[in-house]
Amino acid sequence: MTDIGNETAGPPTVPQPEAGAPVEPEASSSKLLLTLSTAGALAGLLIVIVYQATQPTIQAYKAMKLQEAVSEVLGAPERWDTLYVVDDRLVGEPPTGVDEGSLDTIFRGYRADGTPVGYAISGAEPGFQDIIELIFGYDSRTKSVLGMKVLTSKETPGLGDKIEKDASFVGAFVGAEVPLLGVKTGRATGAANEIDMITGATISSRTVIGIINNRLERLGPILETYVEEAP
Amino acid sequence: MPKKTTPGQDLRRGIWQENPVLVQMLGLCPALAVTNTVENSLAMGLATFFVLFCSSLLVSTFRRLIPQAVRIATYILIIATFVTVADMVLEAVVPEIHKALGAFIALIVVNCVILGRQEAFSSKNTVGRSLLDATGTGIGFVIALFLLGSIREILGYGSFLGIPLFGDSYEPWIIFILPPGGFLTIGFILLALNGWEQRKLQRTKTGTPPGGAVTREAA
Repeated sequence: MTDIGNETAGPPTVPQPEAGAPVEPEASSSKLLLTLSTAGALAGLLIVIVYQATQPTIQAYKAMKLQEAVSEVLGAPERWDTLYVVDDRLVGEPPTGVDEGSLDTIFRGYRADGTPVGYAISGAEPGFQDIIELIFGYDSRTKSVLGMKVLTSKETPGLGDKIEKDASFVGAFVGAEVPLLGVKTGRATGAANEIDMITGATISSRTVIGIINNRLERLGPILETYVEEAP
Repeated sequence: MPKKTTPGQDLRRGIWQENPVLVQMLGLCPALAVTNTVENSLAMGLATFFVLFCSSLLVSTFRRLIPQAVRIATYILIIATFVTVADMVLEAVVPEIHKALGAFIALIVVNCVILGRQEAFSSKNTVGRSLLDATGTGIGFVIALFLLGSIREILGYGSFLGIPLFGDSYEPWIIFILPPGGFLTIGFILLALNGWEQRKLQRTKTGTPPGGAVTREAA
């Protein structure tokens, strides 16, 4: 801090050669240790302070994004419950002692009159570049998809990222029956389970369809059981 | 560093004559990876500026307390701390841009522009001069990224800062927002800059044969 006064001085205050002959001939190990541990402690302190200050905003943003996505794929339901998959059954509360974040979580939406809309289920699988993570709405009575929204993807800009930006691809999932079947452009026969794949982004399109099919293959029977048990 | 420089030179040097990206060819990894839009370029440029400025401040302040033997480790520790701070602040303030930049924010730690300035300048000069140097270099980095980002977004998306520039009939050159587009763009920028500099050199030194050795201040 005492150096500030010298800042305009012509010759450098420390005439230190480029290599060799450091100012102190040999710094003792304890000094090296002291320097690094002090710097490390201060660095840690600063990071903790900033973490504390920013974390609420970051968590709130993530929660808001998920809420938006659930609402979107279920067609703006009145309210929804969070359900956890435990031992192939759906439960409303996580079992005691189990971390909420480690459980498979799905959401069940209800209309204003209390009738269920369907389930919002998230899933993730490797796409063309990286893991594609998405959430989709599913109606277990009609066995059809209510909507699909990509949460994270690093697919090729301009080609693969159409899985989230191309309105006709995203829109094709609304009302599509499961299991979904991806078809190339122009090969569609009009069946209710067909999704037109994006030209030039076959792998990305196939992954999106695959995530939904795989998740339902696993969760479908569980959802059936839950409907029977529901009051 | 035996040369004596004025404060103005400390500041200006990094902006143009020794521009970190366009002349020193340092920090090319972030300069090519995330400059596909103007928004991303500015965010990356400003985050790097912040880290460079804060690191230079600390390194020059404590330059006499940091033993030679552990100086690099200490610099990296200081730089990494500010990168972590920048990462968390960006995620809280502009989550969309943070998502677009991805791993490249964390990789500012290994940006050689920052470590280079600490080792070459801040560790040997006063706080005031180091901050001028960091500001100049930081501005130079932002300018280079902005230039790359502008060209790539205009050609690759047909827009500037997300605002469409051309009508619907414009077919975007997708190559410019993909990695090869980054290499192409910087190649053309360097070609233009070098050509311009060579012409300037020939004009000032009439008599020098064309194509003669172009001496540039090496970093």
